[in-house]
Amino acid sequence: MADLTSNFCGISSPNPFWLASAPPTDKEYNVRRAFEAGWGGVVWKTLGSEGPPIVNVNGPRYGAIWGADRRLLGLNNIELITDRSLEINLEEMARIKRDFPDRALIASVMVPCEEQHWKDIVPRIAETGVDGFELNFGCPHGMSERGMGSAVGQVPEYIEMVTRWCKESTDLPIIVKLTPNITNIIYPATAAKDGGADAVSLINTISSIVSVDLDDMAPNPTIDGKGTAGGYCGPAVKPIALNMVAQIARTAETQGLPISGIGGVTTWRDAAEFLALGAGNVQVCTAAMTYGFGIIKEMTAGLSGWMDEKGYSSVDAIVGRAVPNVTDWQYLNLNYTAKARIDQDSCISCGRCYAACEDTSHQAIAMSDDRVFTVKDDECVACNLCVNVCPVDNCITMEQISAGELDERTGQPVAAEYGNWTQHPNNPMSKAAE
Amino acid sequence: MASSGQVEQLESGRVSKEQLDTNFSDLHPEFDAHEAAVAADRCYFCYDAPCVTACPTSIDIPLFIRQISTDMPLASAKTIFDQNILGGMCARVCPTETLCEEACVREAAEGKPVEIGRLQRYATDVSMRADHHPYTRAANTGKRIAVVGAGPAGLAAAHRLAMLGNDVDIFDAGAKPGGLNEFGIAAYKATDNFAQEEVEWLLQIGGIELHSGKALGKDFTLTDLGSSHDATFIGIGLESVRNLSLDNENLSNVENAVDFISRLRQSSDFSKVSVGSNVVVIGGGMTAIDAAVQSKLLGAEEVTLVYRGSQTKMPASQYEQEIAKSKGVRFIFNAKPISIKGSVAIEHIEFEQAMPKPAANKNFVLETDHILKAIGQLLTEDSQYLEIEGSKIKVNSLLETSLENVWAGGDCVSAGDDLTVTAVAQGRDAAENIHSKLMGEG
Repeated sequence: MADLTSNFCGISSPNPFWLASAPPTDKEYNVRRAFEAGWGGVVWKTLGSEGPPIVNVNGPRYGAIWGADRRLLGLNNIELITDRSLEINLEEMARIKRDFPDRALIASVMVPCEEQHWKDIVPRIAETGVDGFELNFGCPHGMSERGMGSAVGQVPEYIEMVTRWCKESTDLPIIVKLTPNITNIIYPATAAKDGGADAVSLINTISSIVSVDLDDMAPNPTIDGKGTAGGYCGPAVKPIALNMVAQIARTAETQGLPISGIGGVTTWRDAAEFLALGAGNVQVCTAAMTYGFGIIKEMTAGLSGWMDEKGYSSVDAIVGRAVPNVTDWQYLNLNYTAKARIDQDSCISCGRCYAACEDTSHQAIAMSDDRVFTVKDDECVACNLCVNVCPVDNCITMEQISAGELDERTGQPVAAEYGNWTQHPNNPMSKAAE
Repeated sequence: MASSGQVEQLESGRVSKEQLDTNFSDLHPEFDAHEAAVAADRCYFCYDAPCVTACPTSIDIPLFIRQISTDMPLASAKTIFDQNILGGMCARVCPTETLCEEACVREAAEGKPVEIGRLQRYATDVSMRADHHPYTRAANTGKRIAVVGAGPAGLAAAHRLAMLGNDVDIFDAGAKPGGLNEFGIAAYKATDNFAQEEVEWLLQIGGIELHSGKALGKDFTLTDLGSSHDATFIGIGLESVRNLSLDNENLSNVENAVDFISRLRQSSDFSKVSVGSNVVVIGGGMTAIDAAVQSKLLGAEEVTLVYRGSQTKMPASQYEQEIAKSKGVRFIFNAKPISIKGSVAIEHIEFEQAMPKPAANKNFVLETDHILKAIGQLLTEDSQYLEIEGSKIKVNSLLETSLENVWAGGDCVSAGDDLTVTAVAQGRDAAENIHSKLMGEG
């Protein structure tokens, strides 16, 4: 059995699955249930300053998009940070840490961007016995209007400054949670690193309007006829999160900075993909909010089973394994040539590949009178659209054309050597001639 | 006999009213909106979709299903009605398992087609419940057309003709319109008086005058219509029932299956519909199945369906046979009736069972108190005017008969195949052809 034990920037947990700071981690009752179900760690719902608690709306705070059979694909929310008093939260956190000493307990924090606020609250929270802090520089709604959350996360200088204040306030690990609502994730990640962060976590939610009520002519969720932008999360955001995680993992300035991967992790496979792209662990929220805490059993068993199958003995053995294979477009091998192949035995003759290729791509699929679909090698550019629209698994595949064989589309034999855009004769900046 | 709701010496009320309600409830209850969305999502929106090719009325099935997916059932229903104005009834009675759903690529892929029939029913039911008739008439052409028969073919023809701006008179021999939709289909396939509601909905187009109780050859002739109308469409179906040609066929309790189904359909209280305790149905088509299943549902203890051919040759689909079996109907194949015994009422019927050669055929006897004949129907039209082909009215590819300005469609024509949906297609197409010809385009 593979060892799922995780050590993330010095914080240990029995598995790399943490619950992200969000409604599921708002109070002792939920967190206790989560740990009993088997979650490795919890990032407690974001704590704010002492004083009158935050208030939330009293109408709907979530909106969603659905796939077939109302499968939830994307969720958006306008909930703010904890709306319970700091004192109660701290008491509960201390009890939880006492009862579940082997689990990771992280405090998410968001206070105004003034030094004293951070320096007051961080040591006070540390007294609960938490294992570390996550600085919430991510939430794109509500708190950002008050100069917190993503309002900080969008200004690298602020990130660096606040991170430094926190590092000066505690010896515990500081994780900086990044917002994706920026142009280039490397700037905030670098700022966190420069401020002394032990790790970054990403992505926080994406600023979004999830849908429009066409009767009321207002965004959803609608509060008394009005709506506002919320934070988008769930399976739909995973591709955006994966890309940002990979960028941090492979960019020189940020390479080596531990990453807690967040964004649409729904199954063990999603988690494995984040780990492969450089995340040291993952945080889950929407999947738990959709299906409850029981999914952790699928996630741990799935990851462990897959690791056994592949011969990976520890989580660290997976982390970053796919990073060397993430590259820039300009370095892709332009001499690599493939053609679509349709397996006639599994083809059900729906014709979707034909419609897609004929109407929107390269007119590279032929259709016979009796609905047999075949690839025209002299037109096929191997774009993969037919594979993606085919409803049958593995019915259409991309087959590599070996070096030396004729590419019927170009009329040229496939070159054996690697050749990319930087070397290509059509590139005015080509270095090949130099 | 058919009108009384009773056959002499047979009992009614063999099962409780509550049980009858259960037995005769909808075969396939309507989808609710969520079920429809889930079922619709299974459609692949195939290119040049095989289901459309398989539909005799060529409904754009992927389009109407996509319109259900996007929560536009009224638009979806219009896509259906554009091709098949009786799309509501066809959704209930079409043997989809041998038409669109057989052609569905998911049938090939996983043996589980998209439930096209039930999706069609969802869209058309939502539309008809909203009392939404999505058609208006074109400018009046000044033409008046006679339609003989208010069954599926006649109704489809009348609607299309009226929509194109013509005035239409429908002459129908029955007391109520609908033809086989009203009189000839199993009750559990068209519950809640659907056939009459559909006719009323269809007539909302306007310009159609319905004359019930008017039979061709009795109340008027084709010559009469030739002088009173600009064109005539004949959709009279097959009125007569084929006989077994056996002695004692006139004994009490030997009944035509279509009459049995009709008295059931016309009854408002199934506990008053009589049936034997030991029923023998002779035939192998949909009428035989509908009669056999409903005999069982009314409480007959034994129901045996005897077909002269093999199981594979049986015209009723495998799916329909399965329904009958699940209701407890026993099947005997390769046997033909040779004699009926009895004095006042029947007592038993003897069959000759074909055996694989070289074994000799052997005879067997079934005790019975109720024989239902379903060995086919015949045209009753007086053939003195019309050319006949294979016992049906001969038509060309434009559905024109041998008579000038007389078109025909549905079960009564040589091109028909005894399917409601084919009758609708022919009624619609004949209407288009009539209109083109009258407008000088044909």
